[in-house]
Amino acid sequence: MSSLTTGLKGRAELGVALLLGAAGVVVFVDANRLVTPYSQSDPVGPKTVPYIVAGLLVVCAVLLAINVFRGGQGEAEGGEDVDLTHPADWKTVLPLAGAFILNILLIDWAGWVISGTVLFWGCVLALGSRHYIRDGLISIAMSLLTFYGFYLGLGIALPAGLLEGIL
Amino acid sequence: MDVWSSLMDGFATALTPMNLLYAVIGVLLGTAVGVLPGLGPAMTVALLLPVTYALEPTSAFIMFAGIYYGGMYGGSTTSILLNTPGESSSVVTAIEGNKMAKAGRAAQALATAAIGSFVAGTIGTALLAVCAPIVVQFAVSLGAPSYFAIMVLALLAVTAVLGSSRLRGFASLALGLAIGLVGIDSVTGQRRLTFGQPLLADGLDIVVVAVAIFAVGEALWVAAHLRRTPLHAIPVGQPWMGKSDWKRSWKPWLRGTAFGFPFGALPAGGAEIPTFLSYVTEKRLSKHPEEFGKGAIEGVAGPEAANNAAAAGTLTPMLALGLPTNATAAVMLAAFTSYGIQPGPQLFSSQGPLVWALIASLFIGNLLLLLINLPLAPMWAKLLQLPRPYLYAGILFFATLGAYSVNLQAFDLVILLVLGVLGFMMRRFGLPVLPLILGVILGPRIEGQLRKTLQLSAGDPAGLFSEPIAVVVYILVGLILLWPLVFKLVKRNGPARKPLLPANSGAPEPTDVG
Repeated sequence: MSSLTTGLKGRAELGVALLLGAAGVVVFVDANRLVTPYSQSDPVGPKTVPYIVAGLLVVCAVLLAINVFRGGQGEAEGGEDVDLTHPADWKTVLPLAGAFILNILLIDWAGWVISGTVLFWGCVLALGSRHYIRDGLISIAMSLLTFYGFYLGLGIALPAGLLEGIL
Repeated sequence: MDVWSSLMDGFATALTPMNLLYAVIGVLLGTAVGVLPGLGPAMTVALLLPVTYALEPTSAFIMFAGIYYGGMYGGSTTSILLNTPGESSSVVTAIEGNKMAKAGRAAQALATAAIGSFVAGTIGTALLAVCAPIVVQFAVSLGAPSYFAIMVLALLAVTAVLGSSRLRGFASLALGLAIGLVGIDSVTGQRRLTFGQPLLADGLDIVVVAVAIFAVGEALWVAAHLRRTPLHAIPVGQPWMGKSDWKRSWKPWLRGTAFGFPFGALPAGGAEIPTFLSYVTEKRLSKHPEEFGKGAIEGVAGPEAANNAAAAGTLTPMLALGLPTNATAAVMLAAFTSYGIQPGPQLFSSQGPLVWALIASLFIGNLLLLLINLPLAPMWAKLLQLPRPYLYAGILFFATLGAYSVNLQAFDLVILLVLGVLGFMMRRFGLPVLPLILGVILGPRIEGQLRKTLQLSAGDPAGLFSEPIAVVVYILVGLILLWPLVFKLVKRNGPARKPLLPANSGAPEPTDVG
């Protein structure tokens, strides 16, 4: 690995330390704003544990930053389908997240059958499948099956949305 | 307490046709998700939680029991046929198992894994049935100070012992504890970390957190590093073993069980250490040491048995103390809570029939695994050919569906995405996932015990040490925290440690100083 990529990797991991530190500050500030009179029945109060957690977060943040500066490195997680030899493929991840967000925006308005279809179809395409029509049909089938399965089998009514009255 | 008659009642419940059906579904589902990459038993139980709210708790737990053991079995199939273990506990199985498969002995490797799992699972479950009531008898005498201490020990042990970097483990634990704080404080009614958002007042649903971290995080992470050329799974026929295989397997099965159960039952838990110990032991005791590294059947039989016995052992503290030490047990504990069942030593008295039906169904699930999966092995191997776009799109699809169906609000999906991105980041930078999940689940309960303890002592911190068990546990906590310092001193003076696993085994090497 070239020194440039090692440097970049190290810097990226500082972001984790930053996130931990920020989380610690948020937890601290949030706990600090709580006002509770001292009570005999609850001497610990709602603030103590948040303070401890905030402290732990900040300590971890500092130690992690030191560790990264000293060349320590978190070990990326492997797996059956994970190939760590190529860098993160944002062209797959971002469309995937896009399909996910689209589903969040659509689900209450357009209903699960439509948003679920968009979600599955979008994900399959993002992950590199190129059978547009077959994938589309599978997506519609999956959403319809889960919609009726949840309704009839479990009594959970997923939103019908735009298709209200048809389904 | 009469273990035998309670257990027989449990069998009577578990063997009703409906419950038997749920056990079969659980076993099949568990094996499928165990075989499939990217899916695990913890995530499956989390995804099924909202679906099973419509069921009787007993039926749900019978299904979860099947998923728990099935997932373990499926994981070993994958590691033998693909040589890329999905779970850390099957790393060791992959070493010899895949070599055997490559040498054309996949059928024997799968057979010894399956039968070994059955033997270890059955012995382990029997030990669970015997040990858990004893632990309960001891545990009912404990008060809040001891519980607080034991929970702290469990959290620290899981964080400090497992994984390659203790520092990153603690970072993950701290994040989990912070997530667990979100919501209304049960004692004072104060809102913590809700940022004025009323939807956060009830806290984050554990289903949403678990699905986000396990499923969404995993899917995004794999998507970023998807193998362009899929791994070649070794085709396999019907698993079977010859006479010499049996002869070489039965002792490792029993030894593996002996390693696995106690380690699983300890609060530190985990199947990594016992599988590893079993491997090293078999290597030393084997009459064919030259075969190790080239596909020795003992190296599959022992660690697989250890793995399953540890899985059974893990259920002892989970059922007897309400203390989970692996991800699946943690999610099952959350399931108890969401059914309104209070986990802990009272569980055996308040929910006796349910607990014994669960234990009985573990025996049944084990037998089903053997009966169903030996003939089905070729089909499971085919499952590995599932096109990856469908697999990971399906994971995201069902993750969304599961998280949404808890409360039917789109806001939960936003949380799902945010925590999913957190899960992605944790995988990228080597933060272990388990401490976070345990932090979320155990955090609020630890806080409760702490407040109860100090309430009893009227705010005097000495109350924390008011029970002898608590003091003993704190000494253990101290030892665990100081262990790396001692280890460093020993290492400095002693000779360099020899690597015990062969190179390219896929086992993570401990790398850092944290």
